[in-house]
This record gives sequence, structure tokens and C-alpha cells, in this order.
Amino acid sequence: MILFDHVTKVYATQQRPALDDVSLEIEKGEFIFLVGPSGSGKSTFLRLVLREERPTKGQVWVLGKELNRLSNWKIPALRRQIGTVFQDFRLLPNKTVFENVAFALEVIGKPSSHIKKVVPEVLEVVGLEGKEGRRPDELSGGEQQRVAIARAFVNRPMLLIADEPTGNLDPGTSIGIMKLLDRINKLGTTVVMSTHDSQIVDQMRRRVVELETGHVVRDQSRGVYGYAR
Amino acid sequence: MRATFVASEVGNGLRRNLTMTLAVIITVAVSLSLFGASLLVRAQVSTMKDFWYDKVEVSIFLCSKGSDTPSCAGGAVTAAQRDQIQTDLESLRPLVQDIYYESKKEAYSRFKEQFQNSPIVDNVNENALPESFRVKLADPTKYDVVASAFAGRPGIEQVNDQRQILDKFFRLLGGLQLIALLIALVMLVVTVLLIVNTMRVAAFSRRRETSIMRLVGASNFYIQLPFLLEAALAAALGAVVAIGALILMKTVLIDEVLAPSFQFTAFVGWDAVAAIAPIMLLTGVGLAGIAAFFTLRKYLRV
Repeated sequence: MILFDHVTKVYATQQRPALDDVSLEIEKGEFIFLVGPSGSGKSTFLRLVLREERPTKGQVWVLGKELNRLSNWKIPALRRQIGTVFQDFRLLPNKTVFENVAFALEVIGKPSSHIKKVVPEVLEVVGLEGKEGRRPDELSGGEQQRVAIARAFVNRPMLLIADEPTGNLDPGTSIGIMKLLDRINKLGTTVVMSTHDSQIVDQMRRRVVELETGHVVRDQSRGVYGYAR
Repeated sequence: MRATFVASEVGNGLRRNLTMTLAVIITVAVSLSLFGASLLVRAQVSTMKDFWYDKVEVSIFLCSKGSDTPSCAGGAVTAAQRDQIQTDLESLRPLVQDIYYESKKEAYSRFKEQFQNSPIVDNVNENALPESFRVKLADPTKYDVVASAFAGRPGIEQVNDQRQILDKFFRLLGGLQLIALLIALVMLVVTVLLIVNTMRVAAFSRRRETSIMRLVGASNFYIQLPFLLEAALAAALGAVVAIGALILMKTVLIDEVLAPSFQFTAFVGWDAVAAIAPIMLLTGVGLAGIAAFFTLRKYLRV
């Protein structure tokens, strides 16, 4: 699903590599936490998977493709198979819940008959049935994140990238979001989630990869947030 | 591709960016009007050239009694000289297309006709007007051949090319056309800069949408299309206004003001307007499209 082969990423404006010789394999169907302090390289890792950045050295394989050799015009096709969720939700404030989810399908040219069918389905999966007509500012943070997850999942992607999806949410709401991500994982989608939330990681008991100053310092199946706890 | 979705995006974009859109429409309209006007003047010049060059002749005026040019030192032209000139002109065929001899009498009656309402006729008698050969050239630009062969020959007072007088006039019109064209080009540059800036603002104001579009895997084409269509649509509207202005120039300025006052010459017809209008439309839309495309490539990167 994802394979990092001795990947180093140095940003043009910086001396120290954001990722330093990272090798990591993520299998199909896994649920994996990416933990580590700010600046440890979690976001760089996710940006490399999305091909928003190119590695300085090494190879990144995602969904069977080596991203260095992927030509620019094929990037959209790659991203259609990857769902993305962010800490700040990234919803369109002037569109309703339904329209926000539908937008993801409209812009890749899906017919409206298909949209009318799958958007209510996915809104039911994330537990937002009955709120199709609301706008983001009429929803709670947890509900907004559910809309974002619905948008990421509506295409039934092979891979879901979640960059601190619970970062803006209170613990109770976060648990709901984690249950939802777990459910999506059980439906067959590989989930890669970066987080600072030790409680969540400890509760979920899934694979944990810890990054520190660009190095993988721990890779543990069924891990917890940190040894010290 | 979903046409309704793209159309609604275009509509939203234009509405949200209304002042900039209006600015684009107006500058496109003004610059294309000037551009069209300059093309119209060029068409006018070529119409007039066709009209007049067809009529112009080289006139070879023969000496009459009292002519004071050196070649007329021998007094009025003799019959032998006249016959020799006629033979020499004949030998210049096919460059020389028509040769017509105008006697003093004919010159006088033409003069009377031309100035029939003027008292000057009463002061001129038949003998004051020179006899002449009127020569029509197959290629009016080859005037020099005739001039060098005949100017200064005994019995010939003067060789006159009407074309040279016309050329001065055409050069004036050509200059005007060039000025209009230069202003149009400057305006077009301004238009392009404005479109570039408008696209930048539009891309910025919709950066949320475009960033989401990129994330969910919309193709570049799909992301850029609404912007391109907005620019093209604004330019097309501007071009339509400019074409309207061109039609106004033709109906009001040319047909109602100039044509009645200057009946001796021909003016451009609707065929010229019909030929210029699509050029204006293509120039406007093409420039806007190219400007938008290159701006978006910079601001809407994958």
C-alpha cells in the first residue's frame, strides 16, 4: 500500500532534513498511527504520500506506483484513490453538507445521478443523515469533521490519510471520530493517521510509528503513545 | 465533464469578482474598438486604392505656344513629334494599357464640364489648355518607366502621375492607421495585465475550493476550466461591445457622415466589417485565454 525506501526530504529553505533516511512499509488494510512531537516529520510523511512534495532521496511507493516516476498529469488519478482529512476540516462555508460532499464528486466529473445516490449513503455511514441541508457553521466541530470524512470517503478510497483529525476536538467528540475511522478501516480502507492524542492511541491499540527529528524511533504493532506512560 | 457544474462555477466566479470582470470587459471593449478601427482604416485605404488606382492615369502634356519649360523651346509641339510620341507609347505595350489622345478642344470641353458652376470658365479659352496623351498603365506602380522615357523630350511639357498625389493622401491615412494600431496594442497590453491580475485575485479568492479540488483528485484541466471560461467570457463580452462600436462607426460615421460628403470616392462596405469582427473576437478571446492560462499555471499548481 505504502512503501518508503530510504526516503530523505530536505526542504529548500532548511538545512536539517524533515525526514532522514526513513524506510517503512504499510500493508493493505492496516490502521496506523503516526506519532511524534511537532516538527518530527509526520506532516512531511503525509505530504510525500499525497505527492504534494517529492523526496530529496529515496523512493516513495503508493498504491503500486513509484511517485518520482509519476508524471504530473497522473497525480489527480492517484489522489482520487486517497481520501484526506485535516485538523481544520477544510469545508466550503457557503455550501451545505450535501454540497460539500457532492463537490468532491462533481470536480472529478461524476454524473449527478451517481452523486444523488452515493452522497446520502456516505452521510449515513458517518452519521449525518438528516443534516444534509446544514451549512458548516451550523454544525459542531465533530459534525464538521464527519462531513470532511464523508467527503474523503465518498469515493471509497483505498487509503485514508488523516492529519491530526481530532486536533480541534474535545475528547468525547474525538472518540466518536475514532470509531468512525475504525469503521472505515473495517470496510477495507487503509488508514494512516497522525496525532498528538495519547489517549486515543493508547485506547485503539493499533500499529504505532513514532517519528523524532525525521527518524523512525519506534514501530510497534498494537502500540501505545509512549513508553513512559 | 459536467457542463452544469462548470457553468455554475463560472457564474459564481463572475458574480463574486464583478468589479474586476467589468474592468476586463471595458478594457477589452476599448482596446478592441481601437484595434477594429485601425483595421477598418486599413480596409478603407485599400478600398480607395482599388478605386483610385483603377482610374489614375499618367498624363503627358504636350507643348503649346508660350510654354516656358526648356523642352518646349521649339514652340508648340509639331505633328511629327506628336506622332513619334504616339509610336513610342505604343511600343511600351503591354505595360501601357490604354492610350488616349486629348486635343485642346476636348481638354477645353472637359474643363468646362468640370468647372461648369465656376466663373473661371469664362476666363479660359481653348488655346490656354494643353493637348495631352492620357496613358493608363497595366501596373500603376511602373510609372517611372514612362516618366523616364518621356520627361524632358522636345515637345513634351510635363509628365504627370496622378498616383503620386494620391499616395500622399494614402500615406496620411496609413499614418493615422498606424497610430490607432499602436494605441490599440498598448491597450491590449494593458488588457492582458489586467486579466493576469484578475485571474490572480480570482485564484486567491477561491483558493479553498481549488485546494480541495486538488486533494480529491480533480484534474488540472477541471480546476482551471472555470477560470479560463470566465476570462474568455469576459473578453468575448468586451469583443461584442467593440464589434458594436465598429458597426456604429460604419453606419453613423462612414455611411451617414463621410459618404454623403465625399461622394467622389468609395468607402469600405459591410464585407470589411464582416471580415474584421471575427478577428476582433478571436484576438480578444485568444489573448484573454492565453493570459489566463499562463497565470493559472503559476497560481494553481498541482
